[in-house]
Amino acid sequence: MLRVEDINVYYGAIHAIKGISLNVPDGEIVALIGSNGAGKSTTLRTISGLMKPKTGRIIYEDRDISGMPAHKIVSMGLCQVPEGRHVFANMTVMENLELGAYLRKDKDGIAKDLEDVFEKFPRLLERKDQLSGTLSGGEQQMLAMGRALMSRPKLLLLDEPSMGLAPLLVKEIFNIIKEINAGGTTVLLVEQNANMALSIADKAYVLETGRITLSGTAQELASSEAVRKAYLGG
Amino acid sequence: MDTLLHQFFQQLINGISLGSIYALIALGYTMIYGIIKLINFAHGDIYMLGAYFGFFATTQLGLSFIPAIILSMACAALVGIIIERIAYKPMRNAPRIAILITAIGVSFFLEYGMILLVSPQPRTFPAVFTPTVYNFGPLVANSQQIVILVSAIILMAVLTYIVNKTKAGKAMRAVSFDADAARLMGINIDRVISMTFALGSALAAAGGVLVGVYYNSIDPLMGMMPGLKAFVAAVLGGIGIIPGAMIGGIILGVVEAMVSGFISSTFRDAAAFGILILILLYKPAGLLGKNVREKV
Repeated sequence: MLRVEDINVYYGAIHAIKGISLNVPDGEIVALIGSNGAGKSTTLRTISGLMKPKTGRIIYEDRDISGMPAHKIVSMGLCQVPEGRHVFANMTVMENLELGAYLRKDKDGIAKDLEDVFEKFPRLLERKDQLSGTLSGGEQQMLAMGRALMSRPKLLLLDEPSMGLAPLLVKEIFNIIKEINAGGTTVLLVEQNANMALSIADKAYVLETGRITLSGTAQELASSEAVRKAYLGG
Repeated sequence: MDTLLHQFFQQLINGISLGSIYALIALGYTMIYGIIKLINFAHGDIYMLGAYFGFFATTQLGLSFIPAIILSMACAALVGIIIERIAYKPMRNAPRIAILITAIGVSFFLEYGMILLVSPQPRTFPAVFTPTVYNFGPLVANSQQIVILVSAIILMAVLTYIVNKTKAGKAMRAVSFDADAARLMGINIDRVISMTFALGSALAAAGGVLVGVYYNSIDPLMGMMPGLKAFVAAVLGGIGIIPGAMIGGIILGVVEAMVSGFISSTFRDAAAFGILILILLYKPAGLLGKNVREKV
């Protein structure tokens, strides 16, 4: 579904991504793990069009989307939940969800997806008229995910969904990610919490200072000595 | 005592009608700042262009007030979009000071371009209303003041509706709050920016036509002072905050009218800029703004 081919990305003079290639097959959960500053977010931002690769190609559903503006990419069914949620804090929960469906015109479909989102995240329904800036971190994560689902994505990019959340909440969020995937949405997941990520992923890549150093199925990586030492706490 | 009170209310009426024009211009400043963090110093000149569009619509095309103001707003909206595309868009990722200097350049271009085109001579704006004077007890308001106030209220109500209730308005607020997140919703930022310039410019043009109606005289440099005053109004209310621009404009107009009425009209401008100094010293985020420290 998504193929990243040897992309190089720069922040000014800093060479942040040094020739990354990865493959996200239709229907799977693929995890991208690595420590802080390894280039995980930059990779996602490049895929979703917020940044442009200097070289390399990003093939999504047989089309080269590298260098396409972000809003075009969203319209093709590729949606990113950014790191740090980035909900529109000055708007209500409901308005945030409506913006998630910004490109859609099918009123009935939107209404149905809204119901689905409220079913997945009942707490959003309770707080639908509240300003989203007043939500807790976990609720904001749910809102950010719900908002992305409102675009009815085929491929969902999740950037650090567990960041700053209590362990119980992390579990809840990951269960929902599995549920979203079971509903037919392909997921590319970026996580520092390698344990959680490998527990739900089919495949994973390990990223270190802008390069992929390891890749394989989630089980292979979870049992790999190097990964356990570096990311899974022994 | 009675005459003082009478004088106070009379100046209040004058101040509110002047202030609602400042508010119309300030709205454009604040909306454009909200979206691309640019103080558009050419905004006062859009107001001047609006006055000229209104002037030609009434004198050349023989339009009456309402069609003339609508035509002027539409033309100014188009000019706003073109200016953004040509002058500001290429500078989107440049340092902020570069785009600010560009705005000053655009301002001079419009002012002296108009002097070249229509001559620096002030023109007499045709009387589109038969001047009627209404007495409210001892207070006096003329028909122009009422037209200004009513038009400003209608325009602000329409703007508030667009920004809060329509999809385009929501997209505007989203871009202004977090541009990257807005792009991830599929919002085309360029289009939202164009729309913001169009709306802001249309409101300034309406202000220009209303001033033409009120003072009967327009000239190519008429935008300089009201442009600066409206900027003060936007800062006073809290730059980037739409209701702030409305409140800031009205307060500024009333203060100016009071100073003219009770002290001397020569101090009018000093009062306006005095307000700017005070607000920057004591509440730099403006009346409705939250004090946020700039992130380093």
